[in-house]
Amino acid sequence: MPGIISPARAQDAGAASAPLDVVLRVNGTEHRLTLDPRTTLLDTLREHLHLTGSKRGCGLGQCGACTVLMDGKRMKSCLSLAALVEGREITTIEGLAQGADLHPLQAAFIERDAFQCGYCTPGQIMAGVACIAEGHAGSPQEIRDWMSGNLCRCGAYDHIVAAIQDVAQATGSVRGG
Amino acid sequence: MHPFTLERPRDLSAALAFRAQAGRNDAPTEYIAGGTDMVQLLQENVRRPERLISLAGLLDNRIDVGPQGLRIGAAATMAEVAAHRGVIEQFPVISEALLNSASPQVRNQATMGGNLLQRTRCPYFRDVGYSACNRRAPGSGCAAIGGENRWHAVLGTSDNCIAAHASDLAVALVALDAVVEVRGANGPPNVSLIDFYRLPDATPHIETVLEPGEVIAAITLPANPAARRSHYLKVRDRASFEFAVVSAAVALDMDGARIRQARIALGGVGTKPWRVPRVEAALVGGSLDPAVLRTAAALAARGAQGRGHNDFKIELMQRAIVRAVEIAGART
Repeated sequence: MPGIISPARAQDAGAASAPLDVVLRVNGTEHRLTLDPRTTLLDTLREHLHLTGSKRGCGLGQCGACTVLMDGKRMKSCLSLAALVEGREITTIEGLAQGADLHPLQAAFIERDAFQCGYCTPGQIMAGVACIAEGHAGSPQEIRDWMSGNLCRCGAYDHIVAAIQDVAQATGSVRGG
Repeated sequence: MHPFTLERPRDLSAALAFRAQAGRNDAPTEYIAGGTDMVQLLQENVRRPERLISLAGLLDNRIDVGPQGLRIGAAATMAEVAAHRGVIEQFPVISEALLNSASPQVRNQATMGGNLLQRTRCPYFRDVGYSACNRRAPGSGCAAIGGENRWHAVLGTSDNCIAAHASDLAVALVALDAVVEVRGANGPPNVSLIDFYRLPDATPHIETVLEPGEVIAAITLPANPAARRSHYLKVRDRASFEFAVVSAAVALDMDGARIRQARIALGGVGTKPWRVPRVEAALVGGSLDPAVLRTAAALAARGAQGRGHNDFKIELMQRAIVRAVEIAGART
């Protein structure tokens, strides 16, 4: 079977694209950047803003490790060109905690031991926050279905589901059915 | 990623003036909207445009349900349409097709117009490590014929391409006679979705009837008494976040226990969303008796051609029709 995921994403050496001025709002702070138009939101967060919580797994929208919120909705930052998300309010894993107080889902991931290597965890938590806010965390089956855009190669799924369920129940945001 | 310049025009007429070549492979100028398919293709060097024209913020994203039917602006996201109350109540097959597509994140990003223009998931098309792909590089051959073709089409194929169309949404829309509103310099403003897609024949790299510079502005569906009693059945290798091996979109208008009208389209089996009028006609006036459904569904196999690994789809698609009709028929 030919590879569904190919490593062929190397940038053409020496080639240049006209740089663009881009203004991004990330975790409540405005950033003025000059970017190669090919730069994804994920690479902008990690390489230009040094917010390395969002992770690159596949770079093709399949694994969910790069999940962030845009205007409160979960999205894959590897599939967005940074220059095309100006004006959106972007929230990354670094923007969840209030000072030293963890977001309830961050605390629940620790409580439930919902990770091993931790690489997928920022994306899982961002997707989980959205899953709860959407009202799609009413049962373990519903959580599994609505968290299917996030892969965990360590296989911590049972604990991830439990952590999301804990917070959904505690915040009373469980929708009927 | 091949270098490109990125244009962010202020309005649609400025975007159209760039005369991009949406729907054609490796054109020097291309449009980008939600980006979920385009960015993957850019990352993998399958598409190497010199210039990308952003449609972000330039197209309508309204969803209107009324006595005339349904109109969806091309910029509406998959998530917005799937969650729209009027769509859920009056066109459930559309909501179901969308909720069974991609992941929640992608559904928040991807637009209706972009969904209809997504490229095939044929692994040979998506991997430039394979030189033979007529869809990606015209005249280079087809690696799937005689290759790994479990995922490929059995209907509408040619000796040049057997790639299956990937959109679930398009299958549901074709079943309900959707029309695409096109904006551009010339060309017909409206075209039925089933005619919007071209068969591969000798030119698989030209996938739609869109001319250079044209974009999808909206999708409309006429009111249809069958739309309420509709269902999207998706058969796939995983329970979620996976493309269809076979799918069936079914809409029924019932007169008591008899079928007054049936609309059926198939996914995963055609080089474009595949309507089966012979099956529809055979169902009219009949009951939901499984033996009757089975006889009608067999008509879908006419003209189907397996290529080895995908032979099973010819039987599976008939069973999918029977199951989907039973489920739709049981709805009130």
